[in-house]
Amino acid sequence: MAKQVIAVVVVILLMAAAAYAAFFVAPTERSMGLIQRIFYLHVPSAWTAFTAFFICFIANLQYVFRRQARWDWLGVSSAEVGLAFTTVVLVTGPIWAHPVWGIWWTWDARLTSTFVLWLLYVSYLLLRTLIEEPDRRALLSALFGIFAFIDVPLVFGAIRWWRTQHPQPVILGAPGSGLDPTMRAVLFFCWIAMLSLMALLLRQRYQLEALRGEFDVVRRESEAG
Amino acid sequence: MKNLDSLFAAYLIGWGIFFIYFLTVARRTSALREDIERLKSSLNRGK
Repeated sequence: MAKQVIAVVVVILLMAAAAYAAFFVAPTERSMGLIQRIFYLHVPSAWTAFTAFFICFIANLQYVFRRQARWDWLGVSSAEVGLAFTTVVLVTGPIWAHPVWGIWWTWDARLTSTFVLWLLYVSYLLLRTLIEEPDRRALLSALFGIFAFIDVPLVFGAIRWWRTQHPQPVILGAPGSGLDPTMRAVLFFCWIAMLSLMALLLRQRYQLEALRGEFDVVRRESEAG
Repeated sequence: MKNLDSLFAAYLIGWGIFFIYFLTVARRTSALREDIERLKSSLNRGK
């Protein structure tokens, strides 16, 4: 319990430091002004969502080959956590877009593929509620999770492969693209803070799933007795 | 200070989503712990 409290305090301090850096350390961008500071929430949230979905993908593969419940628990936990981060991306994006583009949303390749990603992982979680039998539920959702991950590289590549309303990449982009060194440092610091939040949420969510496993065992015992 | 309200709205909503998610997971966990304890004690009484 004490460890958990320490972890929560560390994550809160990191998030507060990240917000301070985003608001007061990073320089103001010349053309967009203040609103560009959403970048330090929007982009790290997207990268963290990709990380969570990658963990989900690995856990799903592990489940298919090993059939151990803990991989199913990790899969569903990381899918749900990734979905929370994707929701933040989809909410902060339009708030940033409206004053800059003059529209809240457009169906370009990046925005559409991100929305599809959100729908795919919502479907992953819904699918689990429809199947009663635990082994069958774990296998089918693992297979669906492997399929859903195909969209992650599509989201990543959308602004590199197609012409989009969404800005071109400033990290791992074309020659000549890039970011001010202070902005880059703040961006990576914010990502570290987000990753620590993801680790905390994932640990909490995994514990819940492990408890569900324990609950099923006790319930089966009570039904048998 | 143009768009300051939108900037604050984005951060407030973003952190709000994380906070609410954290709370719902914590709440679901404590409810499940109570259910397990209840089930275990009813099992022990039956033995």
